[in-house]
Amino acid sequence: MNLTSDDVKNIAQLARLAITPSEVPVYAQSLSKIISMVEQLHLADVAHVEPMAHPLAAQVQRLRADAVEDCDQRDKYQANAARVEAGLYLVPKVID
Amino acid sequence: MTDAQFKTDQAHLHHLTLAQLSAGLHAKRFSSVELTRYFLQRIERLNPALNALITVTAEHALASAVAADRQLASGMAGPLSGLPLVHKDIFCTDGVLTTCGSRMLSNFVAPYDAAVVERLARAGMVMLGKANMDEFAMGSSNENSYYGAVKNPWHPAKIPGGSSGGSAASVAARLAPAATGTDTGGSLRQPAAMTSLTGFKPTYGRVSRYGMIAFASSLDQAGTLTFTARDAALLLSAMAGFDPRDSTSVDTPVPDYAAALEQPLSGLKIGLLQEFFDTGLDEAIAKQVREALRIFQKLGAQLVEVSLPSLPLSVPTYYVVAPAEAASNLSRYDGVRFGYRCTEPRDLEDLYLRSRGEGFGAEVKRRIMIGTYVLSKGYYDAYYLRAQKVRRLITDDFARAFREVDVLIGPTTPTTAFDLGAKLDDPVTMYLNDIYTVGASLAGLPAISIPCGFCHDLPVGLQIMGPHFAEAKVLNVAHQFQRETAWHRRIPDGYQ
Repeated sequence: MNLTSDDVKNIAQLARLAITPSEVPVYAQSLSKIISMVEQLHLADVAHVEPMAHPLAAQVQRLRADAVEDCDQRDKYQANAARVEAGLYLVPKVID
Repeated sequence: MTDAQFKTDQAHLHHLTLAQLSAGLHAKRFSSVELTRYFLQRIERLNPALNALITVTAEHALASAVAADRQLASGMAGPLSGLPLVHKDIFCTDGVLTTCGSRMLSNFVAPYDAAVVERLARAGMVMLGKANMDEFAMGSSNENSYYGAVKNPWHPAKIPGGSSGGSAASVAARLAPAATGTDTGGSLRQPAAMTSLTGFKPTYGRVSRYGMIAFASSLDQAGTLTFTARDAALLLSAMAGFDPRDSTSVDTPVPDYAAALEQPLSGLKIGLLQEFFDTGLDEAIAKQVREALRIFQKLGAQLVEVSLPSLPLSVPTYYVVAPAEAASNLSRYDGVRFGYRCTEPRDLEDLYLRSRGEGFGAEVKRRIMIGTYVLSKGYYDAYYLRAQKVRRLITDDFARAFREVDVLIGPTTPTTAFDLGAKLDDPVTMYLNDIYTVGASLAGLPAISIPCGFCHDLPVGLQIMGPHFAEAKVLNVAHQFQRETAWHRRIPDGYQ
């Protein structure tokens, strides 16, 4: 399996990762090698096999009561943000 | 205690296991403050050459030690009270830098403690610092850290293994008597094998993932790096248990792991995986593993050959499932609410693209792209869904094997620690290093690596895997081996 430069650029865009033009052929090569390796999966006979998303078969998703548990920690959390103002996270203007 | 006695004890505190240090604290031979200062001094002297720790939390440690000494004086202290350790920098620590080895989180001060950190602090343990690691736990050599590679205390030109490489190097060099770590595909067992330590990954769901920065949520599990299986049992008793804040935390009682250690192994059925002794295994490692098996036979265990036909597909399965989950988990790093943000973003799209492009290292970006690809339209069925099906085949193979045998034993890694830089340019070669460890991860099984010898002066690890929730059995088997051998007591030159 060989990924082209356009494939890599498309994947990087989907993943929202800026990569430089010089990185494109490097990723094309390493991603192609990895995809070729994982193609061994096609050796397995998986007809009638249920996909497994989780290692503990008996585990069911728990639900909790719809009740407030955490106290207000906005200021503490926002201390980690690059830009905040009046309790709001600031990002570049989205709508003119 | 006389001054002379105290000096003798103090000169060798780093030779002692957690269990021995605990006995010393309870017998008042030394205090937690003395113990903490002792290890902080070793860190100051020895860490610069190893690069094992990202952050040293000296002030925090001494404050915890003072509190532990009060507990010890009151006679109310538990077995872990006053014992120092380091946490892998993947665990959130309230008010302390938590980087996950990434530029993305190089400015992140966690607003709360991970469950593991909280539980061990409540047991009275003293955090000395935060250990270096492969960025977001993606790697098998600890070379993928924004904070630089970690050196193996056994050989400065070799990798310590990864991703819990900083935790392993810290304990191997006796900068701390124990460390926490995480294991997604072998990240505790592989560094343990390469640094002559006991590295234990419990069953998936046994230890809460709350506050443990997510890599691949259906595989991630917290565990320990210690000198002995006894110490692993001691730590696990405090770490394990139900936590409603982790949706996959398992609500089953935590048994007394220490009590099961002394059970004799006569009649134990040990499965030997044929697939593990096939091509690719260093002959010198195979020889050490066979010698270890003879010790188990001497202890009365019976060896049974078993075959897991789907196991050779575990590396390709893992390298679809783990990157897919990573691509999803790491989408939260958008430069908005926390973490690295690029300078002067043109617009919101540019903010996302460049914050992620600049904040993540090469291997993390590679795995996000693999994950994005295998989840994308047109490829989902061929890769991701198929990998989930093969994951079931592998898990079923293990379940069948455990109907015949009590534990499975084999090598932890196909080679000893390799040279720094040797596999950096070839990710597939690097990934194949995980060949013996990813199987237990995919099936969610408890697995331990313990020291079983040396080849070319480098440590060799022996892996013991058990059925779900058979932590006590796995630790029992490891402990009985350590009663018969002295490999786990060896200390690298320069750190004695």
